[in-house]
This record gives sequence, C-alpha cells and structure tokens, in this order.
Amino acid sequence: MKAKPIFQCRDLKIEARPWAQEPIEIVKGISFDVFPGQVVALIGESGSGKTTISLAALGYTKPGLHFSDGEAILLEKDMINLDYEEKRLMRGEHVAYLAQSAAATFNPSLSIGEQVIESALLHGELSKETAEKRAVELYIALELPQPHKISKLYPHQVSGGQLQRLMAAMALVEKPSLLVLDEPTTALDVTTQIEVLKAIKKVIREEKSAAIYVTHDLSVVAQIADHVVVLYDGKIKEQGPVEKIINNPKHSYTKKLMAAVRPTPKANSIEQNILASELSNSALVVKNISAGYGGTNKRNPPKLVLHDISFSLNHGEVVGIIGESGCGKSTLARVISGLLPASSGQILLNEKELHPSVKNRSLSELQLVQFIFQMADTALNPRQTIGEIIGRPLTFYHGVKGKKRDEQVRKIMRLVELPDAFMNRKPAEISGGQKQRVNLARGLAAKPTLLLCDEVTSALDTIVGANVISLLKKLGEETGISFVFISHDLSTVSSFADKIVVLYAGRLVEQGTVQEILSPPFHPYTKLLINSVPELRVGWLEETLKKQGTEAGISGKVEMTDIGCPFYNRCHIKIEGLCNTTSAPFTTSLAGHEIACHHSDMAFLS
Amino acid sequence: MKNDIEENMLETEVYEELQDAPVKSRLRLSWIGKVCLGIVIFWIIIALFGTYLAPYHEAHFIEKDLAGNEFDDPSFMSPSKQVLLGTDYIGRDVLSRIMWGARTTIGISFIATILAYIVGIFLGITAAVAGKWTDALLSRSIDVVLSFPSIMLGLITIAAFGSSIPMLIVLSGLIYAASVFRIARALSLDIIVQDFVEVTRARGEGLWWIITREVLPNIAMPLATDFGIRLIFIILFISSLSFLGLGVQPPISDWGSMVRENLQGLANGFSGGAIATIAPALAIASLTIAINIIIDDISAHDGGSLSGKMV
Repeated sequence: MKAKPIFQCRDLKIEARPWAQEPIEIVKGISFDVFPGQVVALIGESGSGKTTISLAALGYTKPGLHFSDGEAILLEKDMINLDYEEKRLMRGEHVAYLAQSAAATFNPSLSIGEQVIESALLHGELSKETAEKRAVELYIALELPQPHKISKLYPHQVSGGQLQRLMAAMALVEKPSLLVLDEPTTALDVTTQIEVLKAIKKVIREEKSAAIYVTHDLSVVAQIADHVVVLYDGKIKEQGPVEKIINNPKHSYTKKLMAAVRPTPKANSIEQNILASELSNSALVVKNISAGYGGTNKRNPPKLVLHDISFSLNHGEVVGIIGESGCGKSTLARVISGLLPASSGQILLNEKELHPSVKNRSLSELQLVQFIFQMADTALNPRQTIGEIIGRPLTFYHGVKGKKRDEQVRKIMRLVELPDAFMNRKPAEISGGQKQRVNLARGLAAKPTLLLCDEVTSALDTIVGANVISLLKKLGEETGISFVFISHDLSTVSSFADKIVVLYAGRLVEQGTVQEILSPPFHPYTKLLINSVPELRVGWLEETLKKQGTEAGISGKVEMTDIGCPFYNRCHIKIEGLCNTTSAPFTTSLAGHEIACHHSDMAFLS
Repeated sequence: MKNDIEENMLETEVYEELQDAPVKSRLRLSWIGKVCLGIVIFWIIIALFGTYLAPYHEAHFIEKDLAGNEFDDPSFMSPSKQVLLGTDYIGRDVLSRIMWGARTTIGISFIATILAYIVGIFLGITAAVAGKWTDALLSRSIDVVLSFPSIMLGLITIAAFGSSIPMLIVLSGLIYAASVFRIARALSLDIIVQDFVEVTRARGEGLWWIITREVLPNIAMPLATDFGIRLIFIILFISSLSFLGLGVQPPISDWGSMVRENLQGLANGFSGGAIATIAPALAIASLTIAINIIIDDISAHDGGSLSGKMV
C-alpha cells in the first residue's frame, strides 16, 4: 500500500481576467499527486501553464490570475481556501519555492547566511543557533565550499551555480515537505547545470522531501524526476513514471517534445560538408583581436576580456563560438559589429579591413554585418509595429519607401515564416518564438553577408528553439549568408555550424571543424563541455559524474588569469609547474585544427 | 503506477506555438475617469468662453445691491443671488473672477508646462543618448538652474526684464524644464541600455532617429504621468510670484493670486468671505486632480511592457 500523497492537485482550474474582457482559462482542469520522497516533473513549453500550476502548491497566483475551480491539497489542507495568515504559516514551513534565477532572488546587500535562515526566524520555527546549525548541515549536503564560512559572504562573492545551491539551502532550512523548483537550471551553463542537478538530487533524497520540478527540458527531467506530467496549453497530455514517458511515450505531443531534444553531439553523426569552400574568398577574418572594458585609454583597457583571438570564415559557412557565460563570446560579437572597438587586432570583411568602431564604418560596411541579439524581448522596440521594425533597415540602407517597402517586408516575413497579418502588430502581441523571427527578419532586411547571432535560441524553449535553428539552416542555404553563431549549448552549435571556436576565459582554447572538435584529440575543456550536455536517458547524470574530468571540471571556478593556462584549476590532467606558469602553445594539425594545451601527446587528450 | 494519457488523443493534432494572453485592450476610462474628463472639459470651456459668460468684468467692483442701494462695505460679502460666491477682499465678484481667471491660469500654466516639456525632454534625451561631454555639460548647467530656488530665479529675471504674461510663460517654462530634464534623462538612461537601442546604434542610425523613434515613444507614458504634477507646480509658482506682486498684475485675475489675496477672509468664516479663498483653491484642486486621474487611467490600461515604470 502506498503512502498518502503529500500534495494533491484535483481538477485545478485557473483563469486570467484581462481588464473588461471575458476570462481566459489558463489552467484547464489539472489533477496529479505528489507522494513523499517523489520528484514530479511538470514539463511543457512556455505558455503551457507549468509555473502557474506549480505556484498553486503555495496557494499563490500571479497578479491578474485567480483560482476558478478545483483543489490544491497540501498535507490535507486546501491551499486555495486558506486565508493569508494560514498560507503564510504553510509557506516556508511545509512548502518552499526555488525560483529560476538565484541571482535575481538574493538581496545583494545582505549576507548569504542572514537570507538563508531568514524565513525560519520569521516563522519563529527555529532559534537563531539551531537555524544556523541547520544551514551549515545543508551547505555540507549541497557540497558548497567552506560550509562554515560561506554564510558570511555576500551574493556577488559566490558563483552562479553556488548561488543556485544556496537558494536550495534557503528553501530547505525549515525542512519543508514539498519543494517547488521552477526551472532551477535553465539559465545555467551545462557544466553548472550538472553541479546544481547533482546537489539538488542528493539533497532531496537525503532530506526525504517531495518536489515539483518545473522545466521545459526533457533531458533534465530524465535525470531528476520519478514521475512526469506533460502539459500543453493548460491541459495534461500524458503522465506516468519517468522510464515509461522517456522510453515509451504514448502521446503525440510527448513524442514531439522528445524529437525537439537536441541530439547529443557525436562526431560520427554529423555529415561533413567541406564543399568547395576553400576556393571561395573568406567572408570574415578575425586576426589577433584583444578587447576589454573600462578606462579611458581605448588602446589599453585595464580589464581585457578577449586575448588574442583569431579565426576565419568562408562565404556561406557557419562558425559556432562556444564557451561558458563570461568567456567573452558576446564581447567577440560586439567587437566584430564595432559596438565595442577592439583594443588591438584586425577584422577583415570580404578581405577589406573594417574600422574597429561602428561610428567610423561606412553605410555599406554596416549593412553587410548584422547583429541578432539574444533577447528578442528587449531587442524589439515595444512601441513600433513589426512592419516598422523590419522595414527600417530597408529604408535606412537601401532607401526603399512606401508601398515598395511594405511589399519587401512581406517577402522577408514570408522568408522567416511569419504571417503577413503581423505587419501591424506590436512585439507584445506575438509569442517569444515569433519575436525571435522578427529579430532575424530585421537583420535579413539589411541584406547582409554576415549575420552575428548571439545566443538566439537560449531564451527559447526546446521546441521553439529547434524551429528557429531549422529556419537559420534554411536561410543559410537559400541566401548564402555566413553566420557567426554564438551559444553556450554545444549540441545546438554542432547541429548547425561548420566550424567551432571554443573560448575559455577570453582565450581561444580549440578551433576546428565540427568533426574535429567532437572527436579526439580534445582540449580538456572541450571534453568537459561535451560530457556535460545532458542525454535523454535515465541514469546519465550518475554516469557522467563518474567520468574522469567531470568532477574536477565542475568544482573549479573560472579564473581570469594572465599567467599560464586559464583552465589550470579545473583541469584533471594539468602539469604542475608548467600549466600554471606558462601559456599553453597551440598544437596545430595539418587541417588547421588548433588545440591550446601543453600536452603534446595527442593520445592523452582523447 | 498508472500511465494516464489524455482521452481522445489524436496523432494528427497540431501544436501551435503557444501565445501569451492578448494584452490589447481599447482605452476605456473608468467611471471616475469619465467624471474627471468632464471636469477638465468644463474648465476648458470656461477658459475659452468664461469672459463672455461671467456676470461681471473681473475688475468690476460690486458697489450697489440689486435694488440699487450702496453697500457700506462690499468686501467679503457672503453669497447671495447677486454674487453667487460672494465678493473678495475689495468687493469684486468671486465667481466672475474665477471665470475670468480660468483663462489666465489654465492658459499660462498649460503653455508654460508644454514649453517646459519640449525643452526638458529634448535636452534630457539628448544628454542620455549622446553621453560623455554633452551629458556632462547639459547636466551641470541644469544643476546650476536647479541649485537656485525657483522663486529667486523668478525674482531676478523679472527684476531685470519686467513682468508680462509672455515673460511669465517663458520664465516658468524654462525653470521647470530643468526638472523635466532630470526625469527625461533618468528615464532615457533606462531605455538606452536596452538591446533595441543597441541594435539601432549597430545599424548606424543618427542621434535624431534614436531620440525621436527609439527613446521618446518609450518614455512618453511616464512623462505624461508627470505632466499633471508639473502643471500644478507651475500654477503654484505663478501664484507665488503674484503674491510678491511680480506675477499676473492686478486687476487681471488668476486663481493662484485669488487664493492668496483673500487669505484673510478665511479667518472670518463662511459668512464673511472664506469662500473667496476656498472657491479658487477648489478650482485649482479640481483641475489638477482631474488631470492626474485621467493620466493614471490611461497609463493603467497602457499595454506596453514599460507601463510598470510609472513615476
């Protein structure tokens, strides 16, 4: 006989009531149970209502929404009907919430320790001493460094992954029976994601609490969940134990989700199209670029974030730039576009040198390089219509106006698969994926030869992201545009790019064709990245953690160093006395595959 | 464990990309907003036609009652059929003066506020977008203006150039442009770091495009919210200049000076002239509050994502 469920959702319905309009049902009758010690994953794309449902466990709705029907029973109490004071007592003590972005959740001006034990003290549940003791226990369980000292630090002094784990400690301090985790790893790099997943999984098991895990990433679900609820448009499409859903999905929507999961990067699965690219002229050459921020002396900025980067790109090719956040990928794109003038080095576009600063480039030079920003939400002016946004580059660069412009805008919109009717809509009236298409369309309207795509799929969920990638592929084939594709996601890059450039702490660590990058010899950092991409199968997390190199790789912190190899402190094959004192030389193969490592024995790097 | 699948599942089902709930809603004022709109329209009509509708001229002294008998003391008379809101401290009809004063007060302060807005917004956005030394120069100059009490600046300028209605408009417009500058600059600084402005810079657009097309439309709403408050400040500023005898010159009436010149009537109570100072005060209050409520109403229904940035 099974234990009684901790949390029961019974035919839950939630409505939005826009001002003076008919109510819109957001959650359309959801029922599921959470048993003690069980992790239930709510999975679906953005807009499916997964966060809204998870918040019902706290008896909370976002402003503008309200519970219209059903029950959310936590420990035999219906959270929906409790009054404010009763809800307040339940929250923290019996149910805790772990938000997506720890960086935005912590108060930067209070020490971590104060914030972790704050709710326990507010509820009067624990005395200050016991709460602090409990916090240290949790820090140890979450494998945080220096568990006895970390309380005294401030949020900016620890890394993003550590902050996410500290937030887990904050949620767990009162030993809640139910933990609600809202996409706790979505904003993180793959390597940090492993670190957080591992800690959360361990602590949930040790604390014997139950959890609701909200995510759009099926491969993460496979690592952490026991039971999966697949949602689409506020309705449950399928639910069942994780093995059943992953190995034997029944519903067509689940199958669609599975199909959108990015394939694990494997060298042999990629067809190499070497084409006749060697014959054509280079589209972009980046030579020994260094760039940095701060200071008034543009030639010698005090904080260098890019050191001596060189790569080249032929017409019609796609180069993927990859690395963890803070490695300088976006800075590189800003340098190429001229928004951040390089402090030294050269940029050649179609074999002509470009002025470092956007201000001194000619109109035709500007037109040929277009920058597609990461967040379509902020990259589109909310006060302009889609037609105006896409039309402006046409007028600005090509002098096209009036009816002719509208016609061309429609043509471009069809190219990116947007309906004509969107011309007069504002960005707020279309979905996230559609905004990203508009963002792309604006870049295409300039008729560039080079598109700089900065993490264009990172803010999108898996299905929408996969659609955008296939659109980019199609555009590349149809228009012959070259792409610089920046991403922290190796699987996305390897499915799209011809060449890959791996950056670490502002330095180039490896570059070559996709085939070369994904097959040995590897730079130890590239290997760590490849091993960190989650696979869609149960048990992958444990396997990866056993692999040599992962442990060292995820526990170390990125250090911006001028001496030696920057990857030194995270490397499992480092050579003491050499790697930490001397910069790594490039080992170059005949085909131009470069690896920056002291190990000259290639076998060692496999 | 069970493996529930939604009933009636169809293999052919199409899964559209999910849309956010529609946010577009036609602007509709709440009932209180409609009342306020009525009040504002009422005052605009009075400002336009008040001089024709008023029972007396603004400078007319009430000397005789309806029967033709002379008053001993026509000042601070209580309301009667002849003078619906009583008389002021030297025996002029309060109602007529409010109706005449509507034109001066609303006219001067509206024009001055609009002037303040045009100058302040343009300079403020320019400072934010251009940055560097342009920003430093403009901001420091504005700091100088702000460091003087506005009434002092007013005194000095009027002492130098004399007082006239165009002078008052330009003076109050420029003084309050300094505070509009600060708000416009601060709001623009939030906007110019957004990616869509970065996109325009990368495209190579000029300063004018960035100011008028990218920044201005996005700060228009919070600035509009501030308009009502700025209008009140200008009404009060002109009243205080009038108090010192430097504002609107007698016998021309304006609401601010009416409140001030009849202050002593407050002590006499309602039978003896309190209404002469309360009535114009209510006129100022009703107009400014009504404007503010309308602006609040509009911004509450503004669907744009920046509507949360209301000042």
